[in-house]
Amino acid sequence: MSSIAPATNPQLPPRVSLLTLLIWGGVLALLAASWQGADMRPAELWRDSSNMAKFAADFFPPNFTNWRFYLSEMLVTLQIAIWGTALALVCSIPLGLLASSNLTPWWIHQPVRRVLDSCRAINEMVFAMLFVVAVGLGPFAGVLALWVHTTGTLAKLFSEAVEAIDPQPVEGIRATGANNLEEIAFGVIPQVMPLWMSYTLYRLEANVRSASVVGMVGAGGIGVVLWEVIRGFYYAETCALLIIIVLTVTGIDTISARLRKIFV
Amino acid sequence: MQPAIRVTNLVKSFGNQRALNSVTLEIMPGEMVALIGASGSGKSTLLRHLAGLIVADKDSASEVVVHGRTVQSGGRLARDIRSVRANIGVVFQQFNLVGRLPVITNVMAGMLSRVSLIRGMFRLFLHSEYLLGQEALNRVGIGERAAQRASTLSGGQQQRAAIARTLVQRAKVVLADEPIASLDPESSRRVMEILATIHREDRSTVVVSLHQVNVAIKYCPRTIALRRGDVVFDGPSTQLTPALLRDLYGAEADEILALPDHISLLQERTDNVVPLHSQPSPATQAAQTG
Repeated sequence: MSSIAPATNPQLPPRVSLLTLLIWGGVLALLAASWQGADMRPAELWRDSSNMAKFAADFFPPNFTNWRFYLSEMLVTLQIAIWGTALALVCSIPLGLLASSNLTPWWIHQPVRRVLDSCRAINEMVFAMLFVVAVGLGPFAGVLALWVHTTGTLAKLFSEAVEAIDPQPVEGIRATGANNLEEIAFGVIPQVMPLWMSYTLYRLEANVRSASVVGMVGAGGIGVVLWEVIRGFYYAETCALLIIIVLTVTGIDTISARLRKIFV
Repeated sequence: MQPAIRVTNLVKSFGNQRALNSVTLEIMPGEMVALIGASGSGKSTLLRHLAGLIVADKDSASEVVVHGRTVQSGGRLARDIRSVRANIGVVFQQFNLVGRLPVITNVMAGMLSRVSLIRGMFRLFLHSEYLLGQEALNRVGIGERAAQRASTLSGGQQQRAAIARTLVQRAKVVLADEPIASLDPESSRRVMEILATIHREDRSTVVVSLHQVNVAIKYCPRTIALRRGDVVFDGPSTQLTPALLRDLYGAEADEILALPDHISLLQERTDNVVPLHSQPSPATQAAQTG
């Protein structure tokens, strides 16, 4: 006779529930329903593969003949990103504070959040097209587009950081008889500063990517050049431009990631 | 003489829970008063009302007046609450310093009510003002820590920095809400000594809420005891015998009579032990003979 009583009623792990199956079924149904609308033709990838190989071959070797011009345009793109982010940062500080539910009553933070939502919901490209009409072709339209869109994102991130602060130091400042704004300057800002810096750098990084795209609608920088060479079927030049963009964006990403590590 | 603190019919409820039940009391300038009671008896709630950090029930006749100036009345803060708060220094259980700012900057927050908004917001203080801050830090014995970030200090040092902030504030009334509840024995003793010194040298009024009655008896001539939102005792601390406390608190008495290590250490260092028990408990006996 065994000294350990045999388990009569073992606790089995739960079976795959009906709910899980339903969710998977729903996902598959959604994919199937979208097939027609998305014009999915995977067979053509096979059929036209020789065409595509020829097309890809046109890209190589990349043509760097105009590299000075490309680099100066890349620099313009960087400058668009820097100014777009800087203006957004300046606006995001007050807007982010106003959008924080722990600092303002609902009738202030709710409307501010809705404004930020709309800034964020509309893509930079759309803003760029609108600003090109308003201020004409060129980098300034790009700066304005990035400014509006980035303010929407950055202020939202800022307010989330403010909402997560420890309220006790703020109360400590309040108890000295400080004014509301002094409470924020002493009690809130020092607490959120590292996160705010990190978010700003992250947006700068994202804006270098966006700035190369907004150029395609005429808002200045390397995007304009890229759009022209693509339309003119200059694939070797396109390849050179893409390489420059990839290297620049990677470089900025790496530097910004390093800096963000220092702050957080 | 005008009382330093006058509380009339203070009523506060949290939901259906009555936290303060029509509390009325007066504290004269220059008194050092202990506020004792078990957890949940309303000590912190009362102190936070005195500092105008929370308001009493809206439909009550509650009133708090500090040095002749209304802090709140009928559940509404005074219009000039900021300048009233400037006279009231608050020391919190969790210190409530801004951890990322240097100690000296935390202490300079005590100046905020006396400088312009622009200078306050951008932390632009004059050299002479910084001297005041440094002097306050020297007084609480952490002058050499001035440039360090507050978060790098030990709990006891942070609490002393918080006291220095009330010194820079030139607070006539210092409210300390469980200032030693999060501290080790030695730090607790130093913090209590500093509060007693400020009270003695600056003639400021000090109200300190405490968990244990022994500390109250050692440092504060007068004790106000709360129980579930009612003032159940207000008088000389020496009258607080274990028998009376058992009378007042019943089973809850054990919590405030308990002598954890750091309280017995406080007693050990007492030069003139105030007689607490007619028949000393084993713990105090050990402390006195030890």
